[in-house]
Amino acid sequence: MRAALRRVPRAAWLWGAPLVFLAVFFFLPLGAVFRLAVESWAGGTLFNWGRVLRPLGFTFWQAGLSTLLTLAVGLPAAYVFARFEFPGKRLLRVLTTLPFILPTVVVAASFNALLGPRGGLNLLLMNAFGLDTPPIQVLNTLGAILLAHVFYNTTVVIRVVGSALAQLDPRLEQAARVLGASPLRTLREVTLPLLKPALLSAALLVFLFDFTSFGVVLLLGGPRYATLEVEIYIQALQMLNLPLAGLLSAVQLACTLAISVLNSRLGGRRAVPLSPRLRGEGTRPVKTWRERLLVGGVVFLLAALLVSPLAALGLRSVTRLEPARGERGAVQSGLTLDYYRELFVNRRGSLFYVPPIEAARNSLAYAGTTVVISLALGALASAALNRPSRANRWLEPLLLLPLGASAVTLGLGFIVVFNRPPLDARSFPLLIPIAHSLVALPFVVRTLAPAMASIPRSLKHAAAVLGASPLRAWLEVDLPIIARAALVSAVFSFTISLGEFGATSFLARPATPTLPVAIYRFLSQPGGLNYGQAMAMATLLLLVCALGILVIERLGGETI
Amino acid sequence: MKTARVFLVLALIGLLAACAPAAAPATPAGPATLTVMTHDSFAVSEELIRQFEQENNVTLVFAKSGDTGAAVNLAVLSKDAPRADVFYGVDNTFLSRALEAGIFEPYASPLLADIPAEFKLDPANGALPVDYGDVCINYDKAYFAGKGLAVPASLDDLLKPEYRGLLVTENPATSSPGLAFLMATIAQYGPEGYLAYWQGLVDNGLVVASDWETAYYTNFSGSSGKGAQPMVVSYGSSPAAEVIFADPPREDAPTASIVGDNACFRQIEFVGILKGTQQRALAEKFVDFMLGTAFQEDMPLQMFVFPVNSQAQLPDVFARNVQIPAKPATLDPARINANREAWINAWTEVVLK
Repeated sequence: MRAALRRVPRAAWLWGAPLVFLAVFFFLPLGAVFRLAVESWAGGTLFNWGRVLRPLGFTFWQAGLSTLLTLAVGLPAAYVFARFEFPGKRLLRVLTTLPFILPTVVVAASFNALLGPRGGLNLLLMNAFGLDTPPIQVLNTLGAILLAHVFYNTTVVIRVVGSALAQLDPRLEQAARVLGASPLRTLREVTLPLLKPALLSAALLVFLFDFTSFGVVLLLGGPRYATLEVEIYIQALQMLNLPLAGLLSAVQLACTLAISVLNSRLGGRRAVPLSPRLRGEGTRPVKTWRERLLVGGVVFLLAALLVSPLAALGLRSVTRLEPARGERGAVQSGLTLDYYRELFVNRRGSLFYVPPIEAARNSLAYAGTTVVISLALGALASAALNRPSRANRWLEPLLLLPLGASAVTLGLGFIVVFNRPPLDARSFPLLIPIAHSLVALPFVVRTLAPAMASIPRSLKHAAAVLGASPLRAWLEVDLPIIARAALVSAVFSFTISLGEFGATSFLARPATPTLPVAIYRFLSQPGGLNYGQAMAMATLLLLVCALGILVIERLGGETI
Repeated sequence: MKTARVFLVLALIGLLAACAPAAAPATPAGPATLTVMTHDSFAVSEELIRQFEQENNVTLVFAKSGDTGAAVNLAVLSKDAPRADVFYGVDNTFLSRALEAGIFEPYASPLLADIPAEFKLDPANGALPVDYGDVCINYDKAYFAGKGLAVPASLDDLLKPEYRGLLVTENPATSSPGLAFLMATIAQYGPEGYLAYWQGLVDNGLVVASDWETAYYTNFSGSSGKGAQPMVVSYGSSPAAEVIFADPPREDAPTASIVGDNACFRQIEFVGILKGTQQRALAEKFVDFMLGTAFQEDMPLQMFVFPVNSQAQLPDVFARNVQIPAKPATLDPARINANREAWINAWTEVVLK
């Protein structure tokens, strides 16, 4: 009786901070938007259900396809990263994370530089085979949407599944093999069941990201494709039809909730506790020709899919196109650093000129704050999730909801609700990292909670018996086990914040623009210099992000 | 050792957080603050703003709030608790919505005397005209010269087979120039005829992009993106920007605009004092400042729009590279507001099906 009484308030304490955070910064603004939507509904039959069902169907269809493709690319890559040592592995892992932060406009531009009608690949093929028309026509098709989603989200699978796989006790698989199980059977009966929580987490996160995809669908898919999120944007900001926007938002949130609940049902049993493994214990150098083929194939695939658009971007930022225009194949180029130099010049004395260093500093400050907020709240929520409580079943999907809220709805809500001091969207700079933390929190919880669940109780008990204080037991038992997951969460929060544009564009004050905001500023005016500077700024964003990830990983002693 | 590293990470993150701009703003007690809500494209010379701040002992804060539609919508949504004292950037396509919502306080600026009547669309002077610009089709000069193809002169010409697949426009549901071009076709062919015209464009290989950035930088062959279409729906001032931001530098623009009758849609942007401001006197000064010649002459090179003040001079690069249409298309703002959604939906059914 007493024990039961003591347990309940404790879980409630842990839930307290994350729930208050969600209530104030998520449900309050969301509620405000829904209230406005209801108030401005003049009554009558405003809704044509076709306008809701059509985008809904397409949203599920493209998100499902994208998730399958992302898993198809990401799982072998996660396996290779978790099990093999090969030269350049660390660099490749950082490179595969970078797509996650790129603003969609930049991705569209770099896909165009690579795959567009006059992109590098098409020009190459046209010159090589003497073709008159570009052989690759992928822009403005469903293919472009799927490709971009794979480009963006493969890193989620690599990081989430990869870190879980590296954490597995290799002795379990070895035991299965010794007992005569084939590699396939070992995979099916030992590895996959143990990986199930991580697999489900990764699939869920990827699916939700694709489900609420906005920029990719709008810019790469072209105007013929509309997801719910795109429809919400059109209805809320262009048609000024708040009731329909509100309804679409509600549908999107309901779907997110349903998917999250389904996912946690599928997850079912709690994760099997695993003893902590030494770093690098499960990895081995590539030996057989089969392994060579596997590792080589994965590296090639990742390089082609994820790294080549980044390279095209970097290349374009130092390439000047000569003025010879209009002729096929006549696009000549020269190398230049002018675009980078020009970034540092406020040529027209503009009030809103953004010095690149300052934009980078703003971005880093916001990203650092996001990491602190989301890791702190995420750790509390994960700890709460690992306590037996009925409420968890309902509270866990709640944490995932912000992933399903459209940036437009949330941004509107922030501005409507937080309009007087101290929480004034205009002057309270923490609102930006707070908005980013809402998106990052589900990632943190989804990586930290399984790791926390895997801490064997016996170890903690042993520490206690041996005389360690609770703090010391936590520091020396819990922390080393969850450190890797915490690291993965930190990298995600960091990259989510660095690349976020939707909410930032609503909340950013002109005095403290971030790198993505600066990139959009260049791309919103014509001229070769603007285009080049946007590419240069995007390349700077990539470099800043890569450095950030390397520093986080180095400090965390990461070696997988 | 590992725990030490984790703490190092946390310490570093804390350090980053500490140098966040959060610590920065401590508003000095001295000058008053005037907040100007505007769209993302707003730009101005720093020098002019500093001068205004000094002369009037005021600190100007600019609240950029998304594109034109988003900014207007936000201003309307927050009219009971206004976020700013002045709103700049509502254009003639959104003017009616702002006026119907009653977000502005009338102000009959003395400078209105220098502004031609054609720009003054709000007789109550709640919204005062600041600048105008034309949404026109830009074409890639080199393409047409290279092919020996005549440049189309009118909207009708675009239906001719020789221009098949050469035009890219933007979705009016997601792009302001796309919407403006749709308005131009409605002004030309009327609400009964514009859909047939668009069907003709679709049959002639029209390409539609979602936003101006994609249309201009990915599809248009005259830009740095080197796309496949030599004609794009853009702004009449874009050729001047192509010269100013040229790389390598050049004298003449690589693009030009098609300025036949009703081929361009005229956008006029307005400024207004928001109802409920505590800074009425300063707000009036700022409105006067925006209508005055110094700001009006600064605008073209900052925002690539044209001054409405007839006393203001255009910069040289504009005079040389920009054609101003003799008869731009216009529509009554009230009519636009009443029909915008229906027009766009009908367009979507015809063009995107």
